[in-house]
Amino acid sequence: MSDAGFELTCPAPLPAGERVLLGHGSGGRLSEALLRDVFLPAFSNPVLAQLNDQAEVCVNGHRLAFTTDSFVVQPLFFPGGDIGSLAVHGTVNDLVVGGARPLCLSAAFIIEEGLPMETLRRVVSSLREAAAEAGVDVVTGDTKVVEKGGADGLFLNTSGIGLVPEGVRLSADHARPGDRILLSGPIGEHGIAVLAQREGLELEGPIKSDSAALHGLVAAILAATTKVRCMRDPTRGGLSAALNEIAVQSRVGMVIDERAIPVRAEVQGACELLGLDPLYVANEGKLVAIVEASAADSALAAMRGDPLGMDARIIGRVCDTHPGVVEMRTAIGTTRIVDLLTGDQLPRIC
Amino acid sequence: MKYIDEYRNEKTARRLAAKLERLVTRRWVLMEICGGQTHTILRYGLDQLLPEKVRLVHGPGCPVCVTPLEMIDRALYLASRPNVTFVSYGDMLRVPGSKSDLLQVKAAGGDVRVVYSPLQALEIARAHPERDVVFFAIGFETTAPANAKAVWQARHEGLTNFSVLASHVLVPPAIRLLLKSPRNLVQGFVAPGHVCTVMGYREYAALSREFHVPVVVGGFEPTDLLEAVVMLVSQLEEGRAEVENQYARAVKREGNRPARKLVTKVFRVCDRKWRGMGFIPRSGLRLRRKYARHDAEQRFDLTGFSAEEPAECRSAEVLQGLAEPIECPAFGKRCTPQHPLGALMVSAEGACSAYYRYRGWEVIPEGGLP
Repeated sequence: MSDAGFELTCPAPLPAGERVLLGHGSGGRLSEALLRDVFLPAFSNPVLAQLNDQAEVCVNGHRLAFTTDSFVVQPLFFPGGDIGSLAVHGTVNDLVVGGARPLCLSAAFIIEEGLPMETLRRVVSSLREAAAEAGVDVVTGDTKVVEKGGADGLFLNTSGIGLVPEGVRLSADHARPGDRILLSGPIGEHGIAVLAQREGLELEGPIKSDSAALHGLVAAILAATTKVRCMRDPTRGGLSAALNEIAVQSRVGMVIDERAIPVRAEVQGACELLGLDPLYVANEGKLVAIVEASAADSALAAMRGDPLGMDARIIGRVCDTHPGVVEMRTAIGTTRIVDLLTGDQLPRIC
Repeated sequence: MKYIDEYRNEKTARRLAAKLERLVTRRWVLMEICGGQTHTILRYGLDQLLPEKVRLVHGPGCPVCVTPLEMIDRALYLASRPNVTFVSYGDMLRVPGSKSDLLQVKAAGGDVRVVYSPLQALEIARAHPERDVVFFAIGFETTAPANAKAVWQARHEGLTNFSVLASHVLVPPAIRLLLKSPRNLVQGFVAPGHVCTVMGYREYAALSREFHVPVVVGGFEPTDLLEAVVMLVSQLEEGRAEVENQYARAVKREGNRPARKLVTKVFRVCDRKWRGMGFIPRSGLRLRRKYARHDAEQRFDLTGFSAEEPAECRSAEVLQGLAEPIECPAFGKRCTPQHPLGALMVSAEGACSAYYRYRGWEVIPEGGLP
């Protein structure tokens, strides 16, 4: 072979995309770009600039937490939950990870014409039960019906208001070198449960979504220590996105230990099969807490005392090297970085 | 978890690394062929455990990366047609053609669907007889049997609305090309374990004899790869050049006979262009004439696609093991997974993408990745 046999070439870059892609909603770098290029410049204000899961606004000396979330999950019902309970858990969790006590919720329904009334009733009933369990009322709502094809069965939006108690100050920019990183339990269950149900994958052993309201778990931690810096529920984008966001906003590095991160065998197996990394798979009932080192053990004990935190672990620590980067000690003792993905994880060919 | 934990074990990894340290007396350059192996090497930072004298370079075994630009343009053209449902494995969706990618075609209204198996594409064809369902049949010998099965089944059932856009490639001709190059640096190969589960490793024995080069069939877990490296270095240090099988729990010498038979029944060997490497004689598979009705290239007019690949990045040198991704001036700057210059930055198994994901911060300035 002569060298001319090889063409030392590669394609030119694509022009900037002109349309919104599904990946813009993935919680990865495309989502980050959408926020940075479209939304933040339009609405620029100091509260929004905090980029926490909830906005904190001060009214007559009271600190109110305010958040909103939309739910477009398919299928509407999945092992371990449904769109109704998920819509409560998602919004309640966004409030409580800011330290707030949830006060009330709104619920807005966008319904595709033709949806069986029975389906709607089941979702509403599940939403009501989940709200009752979380101790919040749905105090206002809205209904829109769109033509067939205008929505995929049912979309839901919930907003929530909570009250932040005196003395509680949690924010994603509060992490400091030396802090410990706590995780409340095994990761990846929600994402894999929904994926398996949607794609009809026959996996060994049932995988249930971890969808749950974290108000009790958070209250237990905050009662045990005042030395919590910040908390996140690692939803879309998974544990990786939650840690990367905190690392960037606090301008600190992180080192986590792969062997300390719990993953159930069923989830691990499904991920191996599909070529997915559980670090990037969504959770809906897990908590990441960054806690001062001196209080890490008491926070861990408090987590383990709650049914939703029984498998809690300390998975790593915050450091002052490589700010904005999450590093992981692998199962074989080497290191690598845990980056944000561009868009959704794509199943691999082989 | 069985078959996972014992191959991701720190003790075993350290023991193999220590053994390697004792064995090696000279500098050796080794290549792993398969993109899945490249991914493991970077994901587990295996190079951190290797002696300085042993260098791993990354081969052309990422099927997404070597699919030629004009084939992707054909896929984009088909996916844009109103009557076509275009079905693909997930990681092809982000690969740039000359103007767009499948994700953008989908966003613009194209009916593009992701499946985990070509048999799911058959189900779509059965459920939608009014649609022309085209499956993007790419990959090495590993995916060929399932794709062959889908085509065979479609013919058997008389499923006339199902076809495949086939861009299969074969590993041994690419290794031959690398070994014949006067610029070749590679002294030993880790052969692709999954390809060999189908094909066996007789072809690699022939290559080993002809070029007097050691080949070890390797698995995909970190200690699999370390063990394969130990076996290669042992051969090199002892002056041997043989085929050995590290991945014996999955690979037999003769491979999977029924799978090979099915592949031969449906496909025939053809010349194939590889992205970044050019035309390689007898390096691909295309459908036999008997299955022409299920061949998208026969069913649709796909002539007249030619794509210029301007010299923007150094993928081809990386594919041959002549350069490391981080030696490319565009790496992490003008070329990132968000804005890939070449396919090696797109696929999770592409060497550039793996370097970026697991190593990026070492070469990219402070303050995080761009």
